[in-house]
Amino acid sequence: MATIRLQREDFDVAAEQRKLSEGRGDIGAVVTFTGICRGGEGAEDIAAMTLEHYPGMAEEEIARHVTEAEQRWALKGVTVIHRYGRMVPGDNIVLVLTASSHRGDAFAAAEFLMDYLKTSAPFWKQEERTGAAAEKTSWVEARDTDQAATDRWNKPNRGRTAAE
Amino acid sequence: MRGKVKVLYFAWVRERIGKTEEIVEPPAAVRTVGDLVTWLSARGEEYAHAFENPKVIRAAIDRTHVKQDTALAGAREIAFFPPMTGG
Repeated sequence: MATIRLQREDFDVAAEQRKLSEGRGDIGAVVTFTGICRGGEGAEDIAAMTLEHYPGMAEEEIARHVTEAEQRWALKGVTVIHRYGRMVPGDNIVLVLTASSHRGDAFAAAEFLMDYLKTSAPFWKQEERTGAAAEKTSWVEARDTDQAATDRWNKPNRGRTAAE
Repeated sequence: MRGKVKVLYFAWVRERIGKTEEIVEPPAAVRTVGDLVTWLSARGEEYAHAFENPKVIRAAIDRTHVKQDTALAGAREIAFFPPMTGG
């Protein structure tokens, strides 16, 4: 049921959503999350970003969390596409689509999947700066706020009842 | 653990060590992921630099996240990398 892809090339958000929901009478909600390469972070501008991944494990780790999401919420379909390689500001990086009968499950599952993608899928971002720091590349540091966002899904009663 | 095992490195761990992967044959006394980090660190400056702060190093055995005290027994592929920053 789930579509999981890692690819160097861009993806078409509308086409992916159509593939997920077209001809399906049981889907009442599709939540679409697109992660996009930012052009600035703090004082320095970002010229480009390169995403490294662990082939094999990245797909398996995403699949494990998709399975968990399918067990926690009443999902009718899931698509996760994560790009790797070099991206410039404005480029798509990641797509998460979750489909369900009602919006609550789709919203919660999309947020859950993104939180886990950020902290447990084996991807690493390296940034290239513009201006005086143009020659330097630096690895992006993991944020405590991303880990905190992931940890909250392990707290009891975090099931979230689906809104109609 | 006994025998040869494939070790993979990613992101700045890979850059500091200067290799994407290698086959190593640690002695039997190397039993856990943490033992392997200590053993690798003694192999040279580049390894010592990569593993200088073991607390930030993440590890996977056969493509599944593991902790430093996980036993290596039966492992075919062990990966070391910094905290993940995808999404």
